[in-house]
Amino acid sequence: MLKNDSLFAAAVHHFLKNRLAVAGSLLVSVVFVVALFAPLIAPYDPSAIDIPGILTGPSTAHPLGTDELGRDVLSRMIWGSRISLLVGFVAVGLATLIGIALGAIAGYYGGMVDTMIMRVVDIMLSIPTIFLILAVITILEPSIWNIMIVIGLTTWMEPTRLVRAEFITMKEREFVIAAQALGARDNRIIFRHILPNGLSPVFVSATMGIGAAILIESGLSFLGLGVQPPTPSWGSLLTSGKDNIEIAWWLSVFPGLAILVTVLGYNLLGEGLRDALDPRLRG
Amino acid sequence: MSVSDLVRVQYFFVSFMQKTMTNPFLQIEDLHKTFSVKAGPARTVAARAVDGVSLTVAPGEVVGLVGESGCGKSTLGRLVLGLLPPTSGRVIVEGRDIASLNKSALRALRRKMQVIFQDPFASLNPRMRVRDIITEPLVIHDLAKRSDLDARAVELLGKVGLPADAAMRYPHEFSGGQRQRIGIARALACRPSFIVADEPVSALDVSVQAQIINLLEEIQKEMELSFLFIAHDLNLVRYFSDRVAVMYLGKIVEIAPAEEIYRSPSHPYTEALLADIPVLDPTIKKKRILLKGDIPSPTSIPPGCRFHTRCLYRFEPCDKIVPRTTDLGNGHFVDCHLRG
Repeated sequence: MLKNDSLFAAAVHHFLKNRLAVAGSLLVSVVFVVALFAPLIAPYDPSAIDIPGILTGPSTAHPLGTDELGRDVLSRMIWGSRISLLVGFVAVGLATLIGIALGAIAGYYGGMVDTMIMRVVDIMLSIPTIFLILAVITILEPSIWNIMIVIGLTTWMEPTRLVRAEFITMKEREFVIAAQALGARDNRIIFRHILPNGLSPVFVSATMGIGAAILIESGLSFLGLGVQPPTPSWGSLLTSGKDNIEIAWWLSVFPGLAILVTVLGYNLLGEGLRDALDPRLRG
Repeated sequence: MSVSDLVRVQYFFVSFMQKTMTNPFLQIEDLHKTFSVKAGPARTVAARAVDGVSLTVAPGEVVGLVGESGCGKSTLGRLVLGLLPPTSGRVIVEGRDIASLNKSALRALRRKMQVIFQDPFASLNPRMRVRDIITEPLVIHDLAKRSDLDARAVELLGKVGLPADAAMRYPHEFSGGQRQRIGIARALACRPSFIVADEPVSALDVSVQAQIINLLEEIQKEMELSFLFIAHDLNLVRYFSDRVAVMYLGKIVEIAPAEEIYRSPSHPYTEALLADIPVLDPTIKKKRILLKGDIPSPTSIPPGCRFHTRCLYRFEPCDKIVPRTTDLGNGHFVDCHLRG
């Protein structure tokens, strides 16, 4: 590799050589574009009921068939992708923000604050996330915003740990010590010196977290505690399809595939980013 | 003797007195720093990194601090800068104990004390432009208007011999020597009175080392800076320092004016360090003194004289009695039973 190659260029170069990572980013971008342009791409209105055409299998008119009310499954999935991505991004964004704030405080200041924050993390981690979410959602009204917030508030532990670890190692780096020797205040050291240099593992975990959040949302919707009908989400499509699964397999199979492919895409992308951004893993 | 000669003599005398008699910029009194090191699952041992150091640095004076790696010289540098709290002892800067200062007073004091690090690849934030790196001290201490920063950056770059167009580039675009110049520019930005240079050239190519040393010397003369110049190579500090202190296992074992320590090294350890310096002329037969073994661990400092395990001249009292500091006159002090 050329000596003058910037770190970023090296990372891009490494990422593009990784076929699985490129495949992952393609999957992710396809879903992203579909969600963004849903109204233009969807062939039908997702809630248009067509009684004569209920439960028809895949055909040229309805590539992925119709449901028990004659609605176009493809169109409902296309609109559903918006819900999935929204939940993924907002929930992970919330968890990452909490993680950065708490992890930075714990890692930078250490001592009692660190111990307290990390014990809370341990307590949260000892409760299975899905039960925690179920418990909260049964109390709150299951709306899309509640779901995003609850997922965010139950998955901030991993980013917190990552950011804390990053801060602990960065604190000893010479340019951080140099900033201290210059008399820089704590917030300057945290935001100008440590954070910009320590974000890449957080970025990677957030990417994978989006896949996980989409999965949680689908699970909740499948249990009827997520996005409420008639709003289409992949999880709710899956659950409404299960009633007719013996006569209309397409109702459950295609949303399930969409979930699978999207989560896979985020995981591949995340792993590719990790390999590209972490020079230690580079061969 | 003419009048002008008298004036010159008087001037010389006065400047000598000023250098030696005025209040020191930095005064270190019996400084200790102990780290606890994990020695097992439930056992920690104390590593005495700095073990009773006293030293003064006068305004405008350059003190070289020499010793092997692991002898505590970098720890001493960090203690002096207030980046580490001492276990005991005092660091007094301009008459004030830095441990007694509150956070904002310490921040204000940092304007006057700067540091140049060993590794120019680790000491610059890789995600900041050179302009932002070298003007950061000005921003932190509110010493310049935002609109003046570009001009100040160019001025600082000129001072360390870098072109103005370096300002908008990132550290990774520069060579080791150039990066060290950037580090020096940052240290000079807020016009400090004192700089700790922690092995500023040992990570650089030999050809570049001389350039950086010359630059530091030029700047030291021009700005009348005090320096604590940390190095593991006696040769490097020789021409640059007014006084040289030799450190072994957390303690200063010999300190003397620079020329004196080269002419008549009085501690066997100093002698061994000097014998290590290669001589260009092959016809000169030099006495080679090879130190046996490695430096002992600071977790188990030998009793008596801490150097006795590796000393060529070890005799009766060395492994039992700690040598006292002996004044050899002319500012030359040594901790050795041979001289005591």
